Amino acid sequence: MGVKIIVCVKTNLDVEMVRVRNREPVLEAIPYKVGNLDKNGLEAAIQIKERGAEVTVVALTVAESNGRIKETVKEVLAIGADEAVIVSDSGLTNTDQAGVATTLAAAVQHIGGADLLLFGEGSTDNYSGQVGARVAEILGMPQIGYARKVELAGPGVRAERIMDEMVETLEAPLPAVVTVVSEINEPRIPSLMNIMKAGKKPVLELSLSDLGLDAASVARQKTILSNLADEQDRKHIMLEGDASSQAAGLVDALIRERVLGR
Amino acid sequence: MAEILVYSDRWELGRELVFQGRQFARKLGLGLSAAALGAGAEDIAPELAAFGADRIYLSEHVALQGLQPEVVAEALAQIAELVNATYVLISSTRRGKDLTGRLAQRLGAGAVTDTNAMTVEDEQLVGKRYALGGNTVAEERIETPVKVFAVVPKTFEVGLLEAGAGEPYRPELSLSPSKVTVVDRHARESQAVNLEVAPRIVGVGRGFAKREDLDMARLLATALEAQVGCTKSLADFRWLGEEHIIGLSGARTKPDCYIALGISGQVQHTVGISQAKVIVAVNKDKDAPIFQLADYGIVGDIYEIVPALMESLKA
Repeated sequence: MGVKIIVCVKTNLDVEMVRVRNREPVLEAIPYKVGNLDKNGLEAAIQIKERGAEVTVVALTVAESNGRIKETVKEVLAIGADEAVIVSDSGLTNTDQAGVATTLAAAVQHIGGADLLLFGEGSTDNYSGQVGARVAEILGMPQIGYARKVELAGPGVRAERIMDEMVETLEAPLPAVVTVVSEINEPRIPSLMNIMKAGKKPVLELSLSDLGLDAASVARQKTILSNLADEQDRKHIMLEGDASSQAAGLVDALIRERVLGR
Repeated sequence: MAEILVYSDRWELGRELVFQGRQFARKLGLGLSAAALGAGAEDIAPELAAFGADRIYLSEHVALQGLQPEVVAEALAQIAELVNATYVLISSTRRGKDLTGRLAQRLGAGAVTDTNAMTVEDEQLVGKRYALGGNTVAEERIETPVKVFAVVPKTFEVGLLEAGAGEPYRPELSLSPSKVTVVDRHARESQAVNLEVAPRIVGVGRGFAKREDLDMARLLATALEAQVGCTKSLADFRWLGEEHIIGLSGARTKPDCYIALGISGQVQHTVGISQAKVIVAVNKDKDAPIFQLADYGIVGDIYEIVPALMESLKA
């Protein structure tokens, strides 16, 4: 009996490509990208497998349309997931963290549960940090957040994290939810060989109705009243001259601002 | 009467939430309860009362040891039901965020984490947080009967003491111990960094060509009595530990002075410095976005400017 690790992966807009015009974000023609921290979660799962345990790594992702996550699925399979599960449904167009967690938890149960569920500590775009904890609550699993090391240990999982200026080592019995920070590892770049092989790996596609859900059961719980770029009121004073006069000018300015600690 | 319920795993942050919760409760015509949970709750309770809580729900139940999120969520859910809470305010620390998802799910509540501003609009609390990777600020209203906000530390000022009735209650909570066990807990090996409360910060980015060159920034930081922070990329290079990251995936800072050295100014980083009183940017590229955010800018090579700054500071 092997260990099944499910890594939850989000496809989001490549937020580094977003530009702002008149405080409005310009979202046309922005490509999608697998969440950075999700890749750390995937890498952690693959490393557990490479340490010799009998492990199956399943990537799980949800989206409102299939097209959006096609590339994601190819990429995570090329990186090293053994199989992928997609929940794509137009009913997910108007959802948020609770709806996504509900969908993920139902999908986990649909495929026979998981021994270990891995998440990034937050998504690249919204960074709410809620989804892992919500899934743990729905499935009644213990959770360990913000792991910078994770390994299977005996019948459970052991993780290390930094919390309140302390280094904590925690253990939980399986099944459990662990969220990871970027420090945990360096996600690998898939080799050409693995990219070729990815196309042959199994992909299971599900809809909300396959999971006994509908648009209403995953609907947003929040209304976005506005979403504009931040406005900053700054002085924009450029210090000119050679390095030493720029430096002297800056020190004078900081003394005038009374922000130097003396 | 419906209530605002406040909880923090750290007492100094709980004080901030209680004080601000008092103002919101008054505007909304709600009561204000505070929860004090785990070891030391009995000691904290009078202090929370002194900052304006009407009622303090305290428990030192043995299952709360270690403040694991599933147990704290269960405790708070029971207290929220007891007081008929409409709002739950939590601090958006790592522990607080882990708790928020769990508690909100248990309460069937919508939640906003990393809230950095809150106002009362149309008889409701609404929160602001960064969205779209820091490109925008979203103002969000929660539509579920119970609403959970996790608030970034130091979002609110703490005002003068204002005694509420502050009656302590010791509810009989029905809690099971966490399945998570703490195997080891020790102080971190590296020098303590606490960017969230640092009065001055020297921030370093990819303008530094190699790891050893960070010593230059460390010397400047020492001269300024500042701490060193960095962009996520330098932590990804393993040049500095994750505790030095400023921005979306790290600390949200509020220093008097932030000096950005060789930092281009991507929003993923700048969301963590936007509350700084004075921002200084040094960058070779005059078009670097960091200058849009700077009070004082120097277009120049950090390898020349930083030594020159050291000289000027000696003068």
